[in-house]
Amino acid sequence: MSALTTVRARPSLGARARGAAGQVVFYAVLLFVAAVIIVPLVYAVLSGFRSTGQLAASSFALPDPWLIDNYRAVLTSGAFWQAVWNSTLIAVLTMILTLVTSSLAAFVLARYEFRGRAALFTFFTLGLLFPLSVAILPLFLLLHDLGLLNNPWGIILPQVAFGLPTSIIILRPFFQSIPTEIEDAAALDGCTRFSFYWRILMPMSRPALSTIAVLAVIGSWNAFLLPLIVVSADAQATLPLAVKNFSTQWSQDTARVLAFATLSLVPALAFYVAAERQIIAGLSSGAVKG
Amino acid sequence: MSSTSDVTVGAAGARRQYAQRRHLRKWLEIGLFVLPAIVLFVVFVLSPVVRAVYYSGFRWDGLGPLTDWVGIGNYQQALGDPFFTGAVVHTLVILVLSLTVQQPVALALALALARNFRGRTFLRLVFFAPYVISEATIGVIWLLILQPHGPLDQTLQAIGLGFLVQLWLADRGLVLLTLFVVISWQYFGFSMILYLAGLTQIPLELTEAAAIDGARTRQMLRYITLPLLGPTIRIAFFLSAIGSLQVFGLIFIMTGGGPYHASDSMVTYMVEEGWTRTSLGYGAAMAVILGVIGLVFSLFYQRLVLRRDVAGAVTSFAG
Repeated sequence: MSALTTVRARPSLGARARGAAGQVVFYAVLLFVAAVIIVPLVYAVLSGFRSTGQLAASSFALPDPWLIDNYRAVLTSGAFWQAVWNSTLIAVLTMILTLVTSSLAAFVLARYEFRGRAALFTFFTLGLLFPLSVAILPLFLLLHDLGLLNNPWGIILPQVAFGLPTSIIILRPFFQSIPTEIEDAAALDGCTRFSFYWRILMPMSRPALSTIAVLAVIGSWNAFLLPLIVVSADAQATLPLAVKNFSTQWSQDTARVLAFATLSLVPALAFYVAAERQIIAGLSSGAVKG
Repeated sequence: MSSTSDVTVGAAGARRQYAQRRHLRKWLEIGLFVLPAIVLFVVFVLSPVVRAVYYSGFRWDGLGPLTDWVGIGNYQQALGDPFFTGAVVHTLVILVLSLTVQQPVALALALALARNFRGRTFLRLVFFAPYVISEATIGVIWLLILQPHGPLDQTLQAIGLGFLVQLWLADRGLVLLTLFVVISWQYFGFSMILYLAGLTQIPLELTEAAAIDGARTRQMLRYITLPLLGPTIRIAFFLSAIGSLQVFGLIFIMTGGGPYHASDSMVTYMVEEGWTRTSLGYGAAMAVILGVIGLVFSLFYQRLVLRRDVAGAVTSFAG
């Protein structure tokens, strides 16, 4: 797309002047948008270093003096680390279970010939038509009956189930594209179908699997509606719930709430900056294919 | 004689047995591999959806037995409930604003970032960042920024725009617009990334050839880039619309649907009635209405808009 700007017939002087003005506007607009994104986040970070009294006096001064009490209080409180642990556990188990169950199902749907295969595939794609919010009230009752309220599995299992359709739709064509010759050769060497799946198909499908992993982890980490319904005990709260609870509980202490909010977004942002390429590729291709 | 025929019968039998065993083994494998997915899907996706339809026929608090059958009573109640119809309208307002304001902005920014200039990688990183942060965190931060006499108001006053100061979240006429801005703040980056991915698919030769032929930037945009970006635009609009129908987290955190239901979305009102106030039958009816709206929209959109792009594919309502 560089062609849009760089490849151009030699511009006249007037056009070049207009081009320069355009360039300034172009950068100004982009920097303005960047500022709109960054300033609220920087405000949260800096406010965490101030006291609520300082904040009341002026919203936008630098911390004076810099206080670490808010951050220290959050970091030494059990609630924060408990929530980080709960969110991590739920995200990791959601990812693993989604990968295992969807890849096994996609394996059958891609590489077994049997009656009813097309119907089974359609059956799973039906799930795309039903968002979590439509099912959430009966799901609450179901999880209650199964004794899964206030239990990490009450979040993990529905998340895996709702992730299945997209995952299967992403994986099946990938599995289908691997030539039959490879499977035949493996079978001649005494490879069972399961070991073909495990030792050949899965390693060859790494890009599709990483897309699914990214979708599962980000979705789980940021999920709000399902944990809200499932969890009422503080000890089981995920990070988004903990942020909400903390902000209600300390509503008079703005600085402390902002310290908690800041720390809560550190893991996600760190993960994002470290794996930006994979995350962006995974989320965009996952959404379009799903 | 008899012994040879015995042998052939025995061989055929063994072959048949072997074939049967292979057949059995194949079905065992299929069953074993696909069963976990089927069980999870039926228990946690299909059965709750079906049960929502069933519960919606009862007046029920979720505790006692299901006895108070009211037929379509809950649906009639919903259609006569100004808070619910209001919530439907608010949801549609957010949907329309998303398509008419948020998407063009996302597209314009994608076109800007598709150009080659210093800092584009950094800007892309920044623009997409809000998407990976949880709605709860973003909601809490914006809630504090938008407080009366809070940072936003102080900033406006400091730069001489004090007359613009509003009760951003407490003014019934303004609250929905404020929420839409925050929702867009979080989500425009996602559409932008989709557009960027679509833009990289457009062959450079086309724009280069057009440039040699003396086409202006605006002409190239109009006659080459946008038409070729068509499939991406149609998918992005679809995902944005479906996402808007289910808007929940930011509203729940920032206003809880208030003041006095002025910013309720379909999902926030459903959760409030069905879960917080345990009118499960009534909540289920609202869930079914939400599901039907989404379903009808998805099917029509695929028939009318997406058909030329992907034949026969079911496209995500899960967002």
